[in-house]
Amino acid sequence: MSKVIVVTSGKGGVGKTTSAAAIGTGLALRGKKTVIIDFDVGLRNLDLIMGCERRVVFDFINVINDGIRLNQALIKDKRVDNLFILPTSQTRDKEALAAEGVAKVIEELRKDFDYIICDSPAGIERGAYMALYHADEAIVVTNPEVSSVRDSDRILGILNSKSKRAEHGDDPVKQHLLLTRYDLDRVQRGEMLKLDDVLEILAIPVLGVIPQCGSVLQASNLGMPVVLDDKSKAGQAYKDAVSRLLGEDVDLRYVTPQKRGLVDWLLRRSA
Amino acid sequence: MRFFDFFRLSRRDDSANKAKERLTVLVALDRTGGGGPDFLPLLQRELLEVIRKYVDVDQEKVNVDFQAGTGFSTLEVNVELPNQLAQLRAG
Repeated sequence: MSKVIVVTSGKGGVGKTTSAAAIGTGLALRGKKTVIIDFDVGLRNLDLIMGCERRVVFDFINVINDGIRLNQALIKDKRVDNLFILPTSQTRDKEALAAEGVAKVIEELRKDFDYIICDSPAGIERGAYMALYHADEAIVVTNPEVSSVRDSDRILGILNSKSKRAEHGDDPVKQHLLLTRYDLDRVQRGEMLKLDDVLEILAIPVLGVIPQCGSVLQASNLGMPVVLDDKSKAGQAYKDAVSRLLGEDVDLRYVTPQKRGLVDWLLRRSA
Repeated sequence: MRFFDFFRLSRRDDSANKAKERLTVLVALDRTGGGGPDFLPLLQRELLEVIRKYVDVDQEKVNVDFQAGTGFSTLEVNVELPNQLAQLRAG
């Protein structure tokens, strides 16, 4: 049984591609045959985050419009077995995402893969609709910040009304919240929305909370999904999220303060 | 300032609470379809003009409310008439 999962948010710059790369890689590490598709036509970045930008020959758009076979465009990851990337075009525009063409590619991928991760562009235009249309599940990437939460709510509405499942009257798209850039110190100072606030407003179950962490930028510098960085908090949090996606019951980390010694506490207050 | 912050144990910046309050209102409004169709403000103004031909009412006394539902939506128009008119009717 293959699953199509869209990674979406409405708002840009919240960590969609980082999350799609991390979760796709995490699923492959767990032995699931996974492909990550870049739907951001014209602003191709997934290959860069995955570190395979020099290996792109053909892309998603070539498969849809130019008679290129799917396995000519799929890039096999060199670090993780079972992991493939379907890059998009940097030069074409979103109109090249013909609905029937996208449907055909998804259908073909469903035969061969356990998980098909669709990395959505920002916004609520054609690219975003195409990315979410075929979804069985949706990971809504949200920052604890007003505009991001509002846009996430908008996207949830679109998933409930414009997805294939909604149009066909099937079971609704299963929705998950992935709260990224979570800064526990700021939350505790009352400067940042806390997880419970966001959950109360969006009213969907939480898949994971990714702490604000320098390792995310470092990983993107290197073209390595952050989930491969075993020492990073963000990497661990993404691994936990993958476990939950697979139906395991894992406690949330980095959402409650760790007990600190007096010296540590004094240092933090004066910092 | 840092030095004094050090002693303020219960320093409380509640901007997060403000954010939550604003979001709760906004999201509820968004979910009803952005507060109704675009013509609502114009409808409210024209209704007010018509009513004013007959009765002297304030701007704030006419309230147009739109509720989007599944299947049908309702448009509720509330006009609060001035006191003298009510008395006239009673007499």
